[in-house]
Amino acid sequence: MSGAPKGAAHQAVAHESAEKHVSGRADYTDDLVTPVGCLHAYLGGADVTHGLIMGMDLSAVEAAPGVLGVLTAVDIPGKNQISAVHAGDEPLFPEEMVEYHGQPLFAVVAETRDQARRAAALAEIEISPLPHVLSVGEAMESRLPHVTAPLKLQRGDARKALDAAPRRLAGRMEVGGQEHFYLEGQIALAIPGEDDEMVIHCSTQHPSEAQAIVADVLGVPANAVVVNVRRMGGGFGGKESQMNLFAAVAAMAARRFGRAVKLRPDRDQDMAITGKRHDFLGSYDVGFDDAGRIVGVEAELAARCGFSADLSGPVTDRACFHFDNAYYLPEVTITSRPMKTNTVSNTAFRGFGGPQGMLVGERVIEEIAYALGRDPLEIRRANFYREGADETPYHQKVEDNIIARVVDELEESADYQARRAAVLEHNAKGGIIRKGIALTPVKFGISFTATWYNQAGALIHIYKDGSVHLNHGGTEMGQGLNTKVAQVVSEALGVDLDRIKVTKTTTEKVPNTSATAASSGADLNGMAALDACETLKARLAGFLRESRGVEEVEFLPGRVRAGAEEIDWTALISEAYMARVQLSATGFYKTPKIHWDRDKGQGRPFFYFAYGAACSEVSVDTLTGEYMVERVDILHDVGRSLNPAVDLGQVEGAFAQGMGWLTTEELWWDEDGRLRTHAPSTYKIPLASDMPRDFRVKLAEWSENPERTIKRSKAVGEPPFMLAMCVLEALSMAVASVCDYAECPRLDAPATPERVLIAVERLRR
Amino acid sequence: METRNEIRFILNGQEVRRKGVRAAETLLDFLRLEQRMTGTKEGCAEGDCGACTVLVGRLSEGALVYEPVNACIRFLATVDGCHVVTVEHLRGADGSLHPVQRAMVEHHGSQCGFCTPGIVMALYALWMRVPEPSVTQIETALQGNLCRCTGYAPIIRAAQAVGAVGDPLEAERAAVKTRLEQLKDGARVAIEDGFLPGDLDDFAAVYADFPEATIVAGATDVGLWVTKFLRDIGPAIFIGHLDELRRIGKGAAGLLIGAGVSYEEALEEVSGAYPHLGPYLSRIAGWQVRGMGTIGGNIANGSPIGDMPPALIALGAQLVLRRGKTRREMPLEDYFIEYGEQDRHEGEFVEAVMLPVRAGEWIDAAYKVSKRRDEDISAVACGISIRLEGEVIAEARIAFGGMAGTPKRAEAAEAALVGEAFGEEAFDAAVEALALDFSPLTDWRASAEYRMTVARNLLRRFWAEEGAGEVAQLVREGQL
Ligand SMILES: Cc1cc2nc3c(=O)[nH]c(=O)nc-3n(C[C@@H](O)[C@@H](O)[C@H](O)COP(=O)(O)OP(=O)(O)OC[C@H]3O[C@@H](n4cnc5c(N)ncnc54)[C@H](O)[C@@H]3O)c2cc1C
Ligand code: FES
Ligand code: FES
Repeated sequence: MSGAPKGAAHQAVAHESAEKHVSGRADYTDDLVTPVGCLHAYLGGADVTHGLIMGMDLSAVEAAPGVLGVLTAVDIPGKNQISAVHAGDEPLFPEEMVEYHGQPLFAVVAETRDQARRAAALAEIEISPLPHVLSVGEAMESRLPHVTAPLKLQRGDARKALDAAPRRLAGRMEVGGQEHFYLEGQIALAIPGEDDEMVIHCSTQHPSEAQAIVADVLGVPANAVVVNVRRMGGGFGGKESQMNLFAAVAAMAARRFGRAVKLRPDRDQDMAITGKRHDFLGSYDVGFDDAGRIVGVEAELAARCGFSADLSGPVTDRACFHFDNAYYLPEVTITSRPMKTNTVSNTAFRGFGGPQGMLVGERVIEEIAYALGRDPLEIRRANFYREGADETPYHQKVEDNIIARVVDELEESADYQARRAAVLEHNAKGGIIRKGIALTPVKFGISFTATWYNQAGALIHIYKDGSVHLNHGGTEMGQGLNTKVAQVVSEALGVDLDRIKVTKTTTEKVPNTSATAASSGADLNGMAALDACETLKARLAGFLRESRGVEEVEFLPGRVRAGAEEIDWTALISEAYMARVQLSATGFYKTPKIHWDRDKGQGRPFFYFAYGAACSEVSVDTLTGEYMVERVDILHDVGRSLNPAVDLGQVEGAFAQGMGWLTTEELWWDEDGRLRTHAPSTYKIPLASDMPRDFRVKLAEWSENPERTIKRSKAVGEPPFMLAMCVLEALSMAVASVCDYAECPRLDAPATPERVLIAVERLRR
Repeated sequence: METRNEIRFILNGQEVRRKGVRAAETLLDFLRLEQRMTGTKEGCAEGDCGACTVLVGRLSEGALVYEPVNACIRFLATVDGCHVVTVEHLRGADGSLHPVQRAMVEHHGSQCGFCTPGIVMALYALWMRVPEPSVTQIETALQGNLCRCTGYAPIIRAAQAVGAVGDPLEAERAAVKTRLEQLKDGARVAIEDGFLPGDLDDFAAVYADFPEATIVAGATDVGLWVTKFLRDIGPAIFIGHLDELRRIGKGAAGLLIGAGVSYEEALEEVSGAYPHLGPYLSRIAGWQVRGMGTIGGNIANGSPIGDMPPALIALGAQLVLRRGKTRREMPLEDYFIEYGEQDRHEGEFVEAVMLPVRAGEWIDAAYKVSKRRDEDISAVACGISIRLEGEVIAEARIAFGGMAGTPKRAEAAEAALVGEAFGEEAFDAAVEALALDFSPLTDWRASAEYRMTVARNLLRRFWAEEGAGEVAQLVREGQL
């Protein structure tokens, strides 16, 4: 093979939109040229957290300048339901009961957004308040129902093992939620067409679902609705189901007024009415031996789900699936408790419950280490999955285990042992600034646990001039999916990347797609695109065999060899067209091997695992609780990278986001049930100056996916998020130093400076 | 005074004249909705994310300076006489990328790209000043820009990689400067529901006539009244352009800081005289807001969590208020009566803050504690100044923000120190006394318990850092 096309798979090419991003020429939904006469909708909500709707006086809203009308539940032509899982528990506009603070009850439509926004504030809504429950703990005490069926994973007899264990401890951990803070907020633009047609441009990770919901709400078949998205300004799970509301309201308004309608909430409303990462209350009871080996564990993972199911079922399931992280748990029971609360319905967020479950699992390891007075890394090693101890609590065998190698290499390259000794020595001086260091592993299962979601489609056209038009069912939210899929096509067809155009995702081209989620975008859509390429190549090869009378056909960069002859790509395409070869093909892929029986808690939910490890060192000011992340070393496994630059960006970015989750990102509700951290002024995601002072990130270049994934790569969107767990544990160590590590500080997340200081003060006493 | 009824400015390469501007119109809406220049993004409309960053060039004491600003809270009227540069202007007519843009592409500095135009503009503003910045300088320049995707690492690499190459936009500078000079007519500008006074005396006169008007300086508070609370701010008097208010005068009596001096200007000049204010000021807001927000506004608004009052009160600041031609002075702490109430008469405005020259040997410190280190509102802010006579504390001025309904002196703690030997014992007593001074509140930024504990610990920190000996030296260096 003589080289690869420019930009083919495995090359570190720039994001396909990079030049547009930096010059302000990349269009997001709000940037699209709107049709003449476009109207604007705005949502109005309740100023009560829980209560019965007694009456709504919207006359002042309707009379406000520029207003065309208001829409409430009675104006919905079809179903008043937007539940992502068809649970029937999420009305577009509730008719009887308000279930969380700010819940939208109506929409107002006006000539300008400003007019609509002002008008929405004029509603007089009478609500008779009911008692509300905000936290997981309260929800369990008040015996609120589960929003969806809990999951139990069980292997062996944990209770018996606990009773017989040489040592045993139990504890609880609060794990905070997280706002997505996609920089581009929610938005939908609906354009009515002829008959019952509706075209939606929407910032969504799941166009097919937005399509289905809009169709239901309008009472039309799915074939009347088209959903488009060229790119999102970030998604992170926050646009997997949360866009349903906005798409449906825009569509409803567009139908009613026969004009295009745009709906974009302001940041405060966006944060108040869209779901977040679930907060968890984890409790554990673990038995272990003197070497720190776990003999049995029981864990319960209770989550604040909000008022409805949304994606809480699979999210809490995934928390259970990841409690084990990289550790073999010989006798184990893990149960989820998806609790109903009077808060916005929580949803998908990078890692999808996995991080929360894993964090509680890592806390168990940390607790054992403190109980035994050992370095937590020793306890980790003692419990890693290994030969003969490789069955997960869900009865899938870990067949591709590389965690020991990843951790060994990182320990070495991060100089962990020497630095840990230095940290201990520093702390022994007893000063104000204390240090901590921790090294934590990640093993993350790849595949949707809803098995049918693991399918994807693609559509490729080759035009007469040899240029390629590529479409697939995934959505671009910054993760570089379009770039990677185009690279796959570039390599498969032997065409330089700059001749391949990836166009907007649209339900018109690839139907019945899955959400771009669960890190699966490139795995699924890359394979589907490859399948389409294979079809096209087979046709072209067939044509060459027939027309040249040769057997051997080989695709090379920019050309094809047929026997002794080499034909330039463009010439070949032109010739093939003249010979009436079909130059358009669809592709399809479904992930092999996976199956899952939820009732039994058994199966193979994951096609493979992605691994990584990170080591952080922090310093903590024990007078204020403020801290600095001094150095972070990461070694992460992406299999054989489709694009090392994109993957490195995913690892760095995910780490930062994970660190924010565990440090400064705090969701704070007041007693009345109002979220008070609803804008960047009050909700603090990491800044450049929060990043590690010394940040060393490497991909495990030796790794190749043993499973037949796209070019032997591995998914990268979610797994590195959990690398940030070591930051929390390092903070914990710095705190523990004030009592000479006599006690595990049990630092809850997020470890804000306040939490850190309070823990310091507690341990000093 | 001559009155002009339109605002005039240069937008990228084009001169704009506009009549009938309303006070509450923002630059961002003008760009996105009216000009359909959609490169500049809205991420929050409250000055916190930086997605809307554009550059505003203005003539300052004869020089053309470009500052990064948040277009979302910058009022359109206030770009009168300025050159507004948006991301669209950076790319050459032939499609070639600007060196800053090129570096961002080459170093994979964008993922979803939504923060990117704002980041490019902030980095461009930095690069104009420092072509080869350090990591710290880059982080400081990006304090006002959020990116949720990249973790900033590739952006920092890009900023370091641009290097000292030529700026293609340099070619237009001379012409822009000439044109701005021509536009500067010293006239009062009347808009639909407000004024841009011609000069300071004109402002004093107009405000005395319209005491119900909203004074708008940097708009880093007022902007949010409009974008978040939908408040009407007319009639408004814009004062951000008044050079006379932006001066810092050094005299025998002390340092006279004009009310219109921005944090950024204060950072450059005030921290020369008071070095401890350097690191403190650079933790206020982000770069964009520091360039817009004014010292006068931070005081005038009466906020209990403004960062300037505690630091200034500790230094013995005097506030200069003016109405028409009459001035009055008071110790800054006296301005704050209670939450929501200040000692400012109708038609009076803040003209300046005076930092008097102090006799004797003073030790000064200012601390800010917040959930996130940068661009966050303080949970607790604190200024401490003590005067030593030999080993004895002769005078103590300690002021806190975030601990009460106003910025407030810790009188009991001060009393515990004065007359005592400068030592741990005195500070232990002051720590105890703080309970008499404050009973703070709990909110989303901090609990009452945390605020109190931190306030106490900041007194301990002062002793630990400023006390004599080797230990203090190590503490100061962050070694212990
Ligand atoms: C993103 C962001 C971050 C911030 N971070 C911080 C922070 O870390 N610390 C902090 O302390 N503050 C912070 N602030 C708020 C701070 O910027 C403001 O309080 C600022 O100092 C106000 O100055 P201004 O010139 O912008 O005032 P404006 O918004 O123009 O006015 C504020 C108030 O003061 C009045 N006013 C202004 N000038 C005068 C005058 N000369 N005489 C009489 N009245 C006057 C106005 O009428 C108005 O009531 C932040 C703001 C934003 C948007
Ligand atoms: S839009 Fe966020 S700072 Fe202006
Ligand atoms: S690239 Fe997405 S927010 Fe910065």
